[in-house]
Amino acid sequence: MSGLTMPPSDKATLARRAEIVADMRSIVPGEGVVDAERGMRVFESDGLTAYRQLPMVVVLPETTAQVARILKYCSDRNIKVVPRGSGTSLSGGALPLEDAVLLVMSRFSRILDIDYPNRVVVAQPGVTNLGISIAVEQDGFYYAPDPSSQIACSIGGNVAENSGGVHCLKYGLTANNVLGIEMVLMNGEIVRLGGKHLDAEGYDLLGVMTGSEGLLGVVTEVTVRILKKPDMARALLVGFPSSEQGGQCVADIIAAGIIPGGMEMMDRPAIHAAEAFVQAGYPLDVEALLIVELDGCGAELDHLIGRVEEIALKNGSVTCRISQSEEERLNFWLGRKAAFPAVGRISPDYYCMDGTIPRKELPRVLHGMRQLSEEYGLRVANVFHAGDGNLHPLILYDANIPGELDKAEAFGADILRLCVKVGGVLTGEHGVGVEKRDLMGEMFNQTDLDQQMRVKCAFDPGHLLNPGKVFPQLRRCAELGRMHIHRGRMPFPDIPRF
Amino acid sequence: MTIFTPSSSEEVLSAVQWALSAEEPLEILGHGSKRGIGRPVQAAHTLDLSGVSGVTLYEPEELVLSAKAGTPVAEIEKLLDDNRQQLAFEPMDHGPLFGKEPGRGTIGGVLAANISGPRRIKAGAARDHILGIHAVSGRGEAFKSGGRVVKNVTGYDLSKTMAGSWGTLAVVTDLTFKVLPAAETETTLVLHNLTDDQAANVMAHAMGSSAEVSGAAHLPVLVSGKVAGGTLSGQAATVLRMEGVAPSVAWRIAHLKDLLKAAGEMQEIGAEGSRALWRDIRDCAPFAGGKKPVWRVSMAPSQGHRMIDALRREAGVNAFYDWQGGLIWLEMAAGPEAVALRAMIRRFGGGHATLIRAGEPERASLDVFEPQPPALAALSARLKAEFDPKGILNPGRMSSVPAI
Repeated sequence: MSGLTMPPSDKATLARRAEIVADMRSIVPGEGVVDAERGMRVFESDGLTAYRQLPMVVVLPETTAQVARILKYCSDRNIKVVPRGSGTSLSGGALPLEDAVLLVMSRFSRILDIDYPNRVVVAQPGVTNLGISIAVEQDGFYYAPDPSSQIACSIGGNVAENSGGVHCLKYGLTANNVLGIEMVLMNGEIVRLGGKHLDAEGYDLLGVMTGSEGLLGVVTEVTVRILKKPDMARALLVGFPSSEQGGQCVADIIAAGIIPGGMEMMDRPAIHAAEAFVQAGYPLDVEALLIVELDGCGAELDHLIGRVEEIALKNGSVTCRISQSEEERLNFWLGRKAAFPAVGRISPDYYCMDGTIPRKELPRVLHGMRQLSEEYGLRVANVFHAGDGNLHPLILYDANIPGELDKAEAFGADILRLCVKVGGVLTGEHGVGVEKRDLMGEMFNQTDLDQQMRVKCAFDPGHLLNPGKVFPQLRRCAELGRMHIHRGRMPFPDIPRF
Repeated sequence: MTIFTPSSSEEVLSAVQWALSAEEPLEILGHGSKRGIGRPVQAAHTLDLSGVSGVTLYEPEELVLSAKAGTPVAEIEKLLDDNRQQLAFEPMDHGPLFGKEPGRGTIGGVLAANISGPRRIKAGAARDHILGIHAVSGRGEAFKSGGRVVKNVTGYDLSKTMAGSWGTLAVVTDLTFKVLPAAETETTLVLHNLTDDQAANVMAHAMGSSAEVSGAAHLPVLVSGKVAGGTLSGQAATVLRMEGVAPSVAWRIAHLKDLLKAAGEMQEIGAEGSRALWRDIRDCAPFAGGKKPVWRVSMAPSQGHRMIDALRREAGVNAFYDWQGGLIWLEMAAGPEAVALRAMIRRFGGGHATLIRAGEPERASLDVFEPQPPALAALSARLKAEFDPKGILNPGRMSSVPAI
């Protein structure tokens, strides 16, 4: 679509396609290799459905040894590989390439170990995020990061994207909840990082792998931390006449030393769309609706609910409801959780953005967005992880109107530029992928990007793993390795020498 | 021999550029409070960052603080404390262990060594709280990574890459950390006279409850008298910390007492005593000031005491456990016994051992950090080469081969 340039196809590889497919079949016997167009069609795009591309061949390995053989084979023959989990990426991270093997990890679907004394679960990467929580639910445990796609998204994909969710402020992102991985490098080497112990040794390769969007290695096993479920959770549903007041309320809650389990805000268009869709009982005459959820023991909740209510009133809340039952609490969430489909109901298409901003900049960013909305002639609804500043503007458009998708994308890019301008970032949890790739220059200069690409060179010097994602312009590792030495005088010539 | 004492990130950049052009390695230092850790650095020149100092941004309501690398941790903790906030990962103070004054150490050193403390088990380490950095690579280039917000997946997380790199990849000049509210109060529950095995069970039980335990340590009888002013001496002490608002702490203590009632007599330590106790555990006070080799071992919590039990049959060791048993502080009666210890760790499910305190000859001849399998070691070496191709930053600090 709109002007996206992907790495040029390698004609030599495409010419050998039949041979490559046969070799893949010898590595992964049975039904693990798909080369018919009909079978490959389901893999042509991920959650960013505007981009589509059939891969050269789809391979679904079942063992780490197979993954290692596939990568070694491709590495030796200069064949590109695109890894894919469940394909829920919203940034095109798993978008296939015409001349690449699409490596689908969905058959790695087993939980290998549930270890309560150490409170960890060891899972294969194709296990869904929710699947981990379900496996330990009967014993009162859960896995904390909960991206909204948790029913479908895989834990391997979560590692690749450093996925978040509504509970990040209190319980952290994927990076804070993964203790170890096994992965295969592009050259076929198998490497284990961390394990059941808390600190991994040596360089924090686990840290750089988490959120690397499938460009550094293919994860074949994941060890995650699980937590005991809190005794209970209660929520407040608070309406404000302005987003400024809502934003100040959030700041004051945190300044009072309270870290809620979840803290979500919706703007007027999002409130109206959600209420029309699920009738959660949201007030319709407010500009900002805040859900504050506290979790912990009953004594703590009784104590803190009163304090949050006080803070809300002080900030001019016009409605404030406190959940009196589990049913009521879930009802508060109903509209927020249905916000995306609700917006989908009032518009033929919507484009979900994902910037993060310092919380205090919310009113300024919302104001800027309203201005942009008028300029572009497109509506926008906002849901906001208020606790951690992660903003999801939903741009409403109609793909059947020529040019409207391009307009929505340009509007989205302007919103992200605004996020960066106020001290925020391009993406909070959806990843760069292909979607925000060409905006990386808004946040990083060439030196910053070159150093990131050099990390890539340490893992995959041939740029064969998921090329065309994250970096706006690929530079050869040999070129990146060249040194520009500033021959010069010794600095601080007046300092003591001995 | 030159000591560079820059006062700005620009001056850091020019010092590194000079070192690169002259191919003269640099030892990167803050206060030098952790200089005794790692292999002795083979560098004629020193880059002293203690003059690149000062908090540059602190917004309590945004839970964010930025500081230059040489800013004293003590200054940051004081500022946070004045605002009832904290670095939740509870960074250890290495001074006492090395027989030096407490309260030294810079925020840059905290990241470079990926420091944490007892709350690691609940809140993570420095690497879990770093949001962004500015740094100068061994290529003599200034770069940045991350930002000032918690949720950020824009590009590779090079901030985390700096964590635990001991100054061998880049010289970090500016850091932004997530900060969190400090608990209003805390109470510690003490269980007496448990064996290591019983203590491991009790700690696993407590950590697996909804009581939100923020510290779980076991002090065998040989070390229990060396913390909290000797108030726990005479018998083994298993200690469990609860933090939060007062009604919540009281409720959770009662809940935990009920849960663990089969484990015998229990005692509560109030906020002030609890703080002193956990400071001692954090700073490895039981082995403070001595000369014997001290290891820091990280393992699966349930395996720590089993490994120690087996090791005791081969070497004279004195040990205590933090992180529910997953962090073992180990003082050796005689030599470091690196090979025996590491073989034992592998036998009990793996993990790693770092030689924290030892004489220079031992640190020069032994693997201070856990040796890695060949593929991982090669990957680490390639990463090092991408940041510091000429090997001018802290050469040899982490490994003798290949110059990491």
